[in-house]
Amino acid sequence: MNESTGNDGALVAVEGVEKVFHRGSEDIHVLKDLHLTVPAGQFLALMGPSGSGKSTLLNLIGGLDRPTQGTVHVAGERVDQLSDHRLAAWRARHIGFVFQLYNLLPVLTAERNVELPLLLTHLSKAQRRQHVAAALAMVGLTERAKHFPRTLSGGEQQRVGIARGIVTDPTLLLCDEPTGDLDRKSGDEILDLLQALNREHGKTIVMVTHDPHASARASRTVYLNKGQLSSAPVQ
Amino acid sequence: MRKKLRTALTLLSIVVAFLLFGFLAAIRQALTGGVSIAGANRLIVRHKVSIIQMLPYSYKARMERIPGVSLVTHQTWFGGIYQDPKNFFMQCPVEPESFLAMFPEFVLPPEQKAAWLATRTGAIVGRKTAQRFGWKLGDRVPIMSTIWAQPGGNRTWTFDIVGIFDGREKNTDTTPLFFRYDYFDEARNQAQSWGRGQVGWFTIRVQDPSQAAAVAKAVDAEFENSSAETKTEPEGAFVQAWVNQVGNIALITASILGAVFFTILLVAGNTMSQSVRERIGELGVLKAIGFTNGQMLGMVLLESCLLALVGGGCGLALAWVLSSAIAGALAGYLPLFFFPARDVLVGLGFSLALGIVTGVFPALQAMRLRVADALRRMG
Repeated sequence: MNESTGNDGALVAVEGVEKVFHRGSEDIHVLKDLHLTVPAGQFLALMGPSGSGKSTLLNLIGGLDRPTQGTVHVAGERVDQLSDHRLAAWRARHIGFVFQLYNLLPVLTAERNVELPLLLTHLSKAQRRQHVAAALAMVGLTERAKHFPRTLSGGEQQRVGIARGIVTDPTLLLCDEPTGDLDRKSGDEILDLLQALNREHGKTIVMVTHDPHASARASRTVYLNKGQLSSAPVQ
Repeated sequence: MRKKLRTALTLLSIVVAFLLFGFLAAIRQALTGGVSIAGANRLIVRHKVSIIQMLPYSYKARMERIPGVSLVTHQTWFGGIYQDPKNFFMQCPVEPESFLAMFPEFVLPPEQKAAWLATRTGAIVGRKTAQRFGWKLGDRVPIMSTIWAQPGGNRTWTFDIVGIFDGREKNTDTTPLFFRYDYFDEARNQAQSWGRGQVGWFTIRVQDPSQAAAVAKAVDAEFENSSAETKTEPEGAFVQAWVNQVGNIALITASILGAVFFTILLVAGNTMSQSVRERIGELGVLKAIGFTNGQMLGMVLLESCLLALVGGGCGLALAWVLSSAIAGALAGYLPLFFFPARDVLVGLGFSLALGIVTGVFPALQAMRLRVADALRRMG
């Protein structure tokens, strides 16, 4: 069974998507005839066991990969057909990423890491500084702006990751296991933050997780198993 | 920044590599500089058997009569020591007028030339040697000859410095000292029986450089079957042969330095490439954020080129300073030892090439990397 709420007003519309990975002589069908829509302003959790294709689906929505078949529409753009160059510009404008392992550049301070996506805009230095300050304030890390990642806790690093993800005010925030590497307390803080971004600022969020505790914070959860979506967990 | 020690060591290896490059260039300059400025219209006439065998002074007049010869002068190896054998530089007795006419690259003020002609014990010295020993006009300098004695057996000759000459080009050797042949000849004739009326070698100027080979042949034919047969060759070939006596050692040294230079470059290059490969994950994050393939390529290349240029620039600068510092000590043996400016530019070109070569493959790899694959590497 595939989960779909129809395309009308959907910020994200995935239709008939298949993804096959070729590993030598073997073909691995990760996603099969998948349909998914995400309305604007929704906080969607994508759950499923390891290897079910959650991150693959997230990558397709974020324009980091292309489907073998099917279409991916995000913010009115046919993402799967954009050239690499246009896709890069599109991601810079529309997508904010939050990664499981934070993926901060270790040689840059927190504020410089947050500033990275703004380097692709035409904002002046002063304007970039303002946006960075606002993003760090939103995640509660103003006083840690000049610290390097190695001096930040896991939770703080993830908050910097979230600040980097939202600093350009993207259309969509994609989170791949954002609490996967954190203890419960830090993870809850991150989930609080994501929930606040969604409820108070209307940010559309798609979050991949295998943790029911995390998915409970989302407004809607879909389940991915063996490449197919359902609205209920597969027993 | 990530691995400061590795970066520092890589930078240091590039510095050392280009320091070696600088010394290579200076050695090459020392070995070939004299050859390159050798006169195209000058021939050297030496004893056919060996340069250390002498030739009769009387050959001068006979050579002057050979068609195609416009000027003849001579020099003789004096083998002198000033204070310490380490203070080596060349000294030769010469006939001032013909000598200065033959070698216009030695620039001597007219009044100093006049003083030389007027002073029997007068000598002119190149600026480099004068500065090395702090000699000034009017100084009397004692030089002990290992070959020639004065009347009474005294081997210490005293010369009055009446002129200091400069080189017309940077490549001109300004280390030798030249003194008057008449003073030398009269003294040695009184002191010893051998070598009388003989000189070391002649220099001939030909009227037409295109006829140099023919004139050389004519000169050797003039003295064929005599007790002192001659070998006449272009000045460049003579200088090269002279240099080769020292050059073999220098060439071996240069070869070793060259091999070390390229080995260091290979190692440094590999380290730089490795450094980029290790950061493929981070580059994937930048691509995910929205940096384009072109920007990725540019970033990686810029980093590798910057590292190479900084290291190369420092190495070349150090080579410049050190070669200038030791040139004085080597002046007697390798008077043209210096790091040419053109080779500095060549060195900078090499360092840029190092940056490009070591950076281009990882840069292309980063550019072509699929973001999803790169992000997986960070996990």
